[in-house]
Amino acid sequence: MAARDNHGTGPPWSKGFQVVGKPHPKLDGLAKATGQAIYADDIQLPGMLHVKFLRSPHAHARIVSIDVQKALEHDGVHAVLTGADLPTKYGVIPWTPDENALAVERVRFIGDEICAVAAIDEDTANTALKLIEVEYEELHAYLDPFDALERSDPQIHDEIRGKEVRGNISKKVELEFGDVDGGFDAADVVVEGDYFFHGTTHTPIEPHCAVAQYGADGVLTVWSATQITHYVQRALARVLEMPEARIRVVQPCLGGAFGGKSDPFALEFVVAKLAMITGRPCKCLWTREEVFYAHRGRHPMHMHYRTGASRDGRLTAVDAKILIDGGSYSSFGLVTTYYSGQLLTGPYDFPSYRFDSTRVFTNKPPCGPKRGHGSVQPRFAFEVQLDQVAEKLALDPIELRRRNFQGENTKTVNGQRVTSNGFMQCLDEVERASDWIARRGRLPRGRGLGVAGSMYISGTNYAVYPNDMPQAGVQLKLDRSGLVTVFTGGNDIGQGSNSVARIIVAEELGLDPEDVRVVAADTDLCPVDLGAYSSRVTFMVGNALIDACRKVRKTIVDAVAAEWEIPAQRVWMGLGEVFDLEDRERRLSTRKAFHLAEERFDTLGATGSYNTPKLGGDYRGGTIGASPAYSFTAHAVEVAVDEETGRITVENCWVAHDCGRALNPMLVAGQMEGSAYMGIAEALMEHHDVNRFGLHQGPSLLDYRIPTSIDTPELHALIVESLDPEGPYGAKEAGEGPLHPSVPAISNAVFDACGVRLCELPFTPGKVLKALRAQRDSGKAALADLAPNP
Amino acid sequence: MRVLRLNVNGDTHEVAAPEHWTLLEVLRYEMGLTGSKQGCDKGDCGACTVLVDGAPVLSCLSLAALAEGPEITTIEGLLPAHIAAGDEGPDPVQEAFHRCGALQCGFCQPGMMLSARALLNDNASPTREQIKNALAGNLCRCTGYTQIIQAVELAVAEAAGVAPENPAWSPDENPWATCRRGESEAGHS
Repeated sequence: MAARDNHGTGPPWSKGFQVVGKPHPKLDGLAKATGQAIYADDIQLPGMLHVKFLRSPHAHARIVSIDVQKALEHDGVHAVLTGADLPTKYGVIPWTPDENALAVERVRFIGDEICAVAAIDEDTANTALKLIEVEYEELHAYLDPFDALERSDPQIHDEIRGKEVRGNISKKVELEFGDVDGGFDAADVVVEGDYFFHGTTHTPIEPHCAVAQYGADGVLTVWSATQITHYVQRALARVLEMPEARIRVVQPCLGGAFGGKSDPFALEFVVAKLAMITGRPCKCLWTREEVFYAHRGRHPMHMHYRTGASRDGRLTAVDAKILIDGGSYSSFGLVTTYYSGQLLTGPYDFPSYRFDSTRVFTNKPPCGPKRGHGSVQPRFAFEVQLDQVAEKLALDPIELRRRNFQGENTKTVNGQRVTSNGFMQCLDEVERASDWIARRGRLPRGRGLGVAGSMYISGTNYAVYPNDMPQAGVQLKLDRSGLVTVFTGGNDIGQGSNSVARIIVAEELGLDPEDVRVVAADTDLCPVDLGAYSSRVTFMVGNALIDACRKVRKTIVDAVAAEWEIPAQRVWMGLGEVFDLEDRERRLSTRKAFHLAEERFDTLGATGSYNTPKLGGDYRGGTIGASPAYSFTAHAVEVAVDEETGRITVENCWVAHDCGRALNPMLVAGQMEGSAYMGIAEALMEHHDVNRFGLHQGPSLLDYRIPTSIDTPELHALIVESLDPEGPYGAKEAGEGPLHPSVPAISNAVFDACGVRLCELPFTPGKVLKALRAQRDSGKAALADLAPNP
Repeated sequence: MRVLRLNVNGDTHEVAAPEHWTLLEVLRYEMGLTGSKQGCDKGDCGACTVLVDGAPVLSCLSLAALAEGPEITTIEGLLPAHIAAGDEGPDPVQEAFHRCGALQCGFCQPGMMLSARALLNDNASPTREQIKNALAGNLCRCTGYTQIIQAVELAVAEAAGVAPENPAWSPDENPWATCRRGESEAGHS
């Protein structure tokens, strides 16, 4: 399959890159800058109805009865839906469909959707919601994952896909590689401790929104703020019991996602069903409060880690036991549970590893994939523990990490193939930029430097549903005007994947980038791509584009070679022109070359695709976490700790990230800075949680406290290029990996600043003061807050 | 319903809207000026920021009925105003945001750019601290603010004819010099 061709790390021609590697503004930048870009809520259709949801006021309850009659009779109301109208369950992972668009018999968290009203405007719909009468029978609400682990009556889910659920356990994974007990026996030092990572959420500035129109021809169109157009189409087909071919899903310009728009959501099914029932277009825009209930954010994890090392700092064994608080539904939880263990096995080499991860259901907003899915939490625990190992051995923390570097072209202890690996350069870069050697351990008390490393996947060979078709497909249309249009199912969620597509096609076909335009994420127009998740788009869509370009370029080159009666090797395309390499006077515009090719052959176009090679360990779950390429990151952060108030201020964050090759360094830097910002925010400010009644503790941007420009430190993006053998021109991901080290690097910097270990997130002033007090009381460096949350 | 006379982007419009509607709702859903965004509808995020007589105002917290009289500028008004003033293309703030990569998802940026425009109208050479303070009411979730601040500093530097500070990621001086609108790649290979 052409899709598995290795395209190599060089440009398509023997000359250097013409377009790749230079900063280019985004292809939709000016549309966004001038307000012309159309987002989902900007769509207004004639006769459109507005939809609002009734949500559960109880964390866990049986629905005894629902009476919608008064709401239906209210002036201006066109339809009311309940769970009985959409009985088919769905879930983004095909093995765990446990969600209904509207609750059937049971509500599982405060905010769970029960009814939906379509009315002439939002005010009318909101008024009608108040007329709906629901009778509940309250059930025991699980708000603590330990309670959910121990108690099984009542169960939050009785069965999923015909399979009985064991108590409230959503997923359990136990895997062991190498001789773990022997590794600990051989260790000279063992560090053991408990770590807690709290819940955080994505908060894209654009709330979820969907608009549906049901054509008289029986074609349903849904415009949705989603990062997974293809999966939404499949889920709609399942729930609405319609053929996929009758459903068109379009992602308009998207106002941020970060993983928070990678499940199918209730509003998509509901606006579709209501459009079909009423014969009118329907729109639903969730309020900010509703976005907090939709959640799918970072799973809280209670983690126990044990790490053994030899006297010279070589790791001998790692053992982890993790309890994952999943919230009320499965979402991506099966994958999260695997990722919590599977993605820890780099950039360091260790000969033995065991993890035991259990995800439980609780009666809280459902958790899911947030930037760095499943691996940010264990990475925090492990990188703090590595610092503790370095402390015990009196080794410099960077030196300890260097001594355990796994190297390039190797296999991890859990059987994952690692090819390119620029982690050592990442360490070098942050060491240099932070002036580490001169300053770490030498700053006055209250100021400190910390380091942490990480790795992450560039896509995974685990498609969300099993199939042998390409993971990324693209199509090119070459126009007589000289324009090339790219059709890709890939979702540009703001990360700039459409701009990356433009750069690759301009490079391959020797075009001015402005002569490449991109049509994306429209299931009617674009070949299937699985969507923007797992940091897969640049890697997979990029390779598919190269595949397509090389097919069509051959046609053009052959046509020009025939016209000039020279061998094809002498024809060179670049910068909007086609040359004879041996007679530079002989040249024509790319547009003219397109004409020649069309005259000689056919209408110009090509498809291209990409699929991963066969990857992964030979055991159950061994393909989860297997990626065609891994990215690597190191952070150094500089903190100031105010010992009177307990407040931590991050002043600088140096982010060195191995992205393989920076196709557009400005966009790569933007991803690195945005990732680091989000990690720092999770460490210091943000906390997504419910109170003792299960009610969200503050579902607003003010209460949730995402950082402003004043709260954000100076971020220094240091790009490292390892040139991956299989990435497009050597590129790997840049959008998720650079978040991981932020959190442990801050904890490690606080230790450098004042000798206390912060092992429980978020690092609030109260926790800092408590740790400092313990340190004073014991008269020596103390471990802060080892006990998990009560 | 009430008929309102609003001065928006240099024109006077008569629009009918429910009395309790905010300026944001009237701009977006009555006038079709969807560049102003709704991120929270309670004054937390700043995505709905418009200029009222040149000052940044949260249109989601402003009753439309109280917005009659002053000059309202939305993001859609910047480019036409720039052209009407005899210049070409978008406002230098919009252009700088574009060239610096500050527009990731772009959702917060209409409000962000209007806050930046208001700042530069008052102070042609703000310090980085002043820029951060002026933009602190506009939340961005994509960028970590770094490329936004670089964009404002680039607009300031170019207006003053001085070189901007180099970003950490670029080995070249002023990497944004080649990112001008309409500048062909062929011109700088």
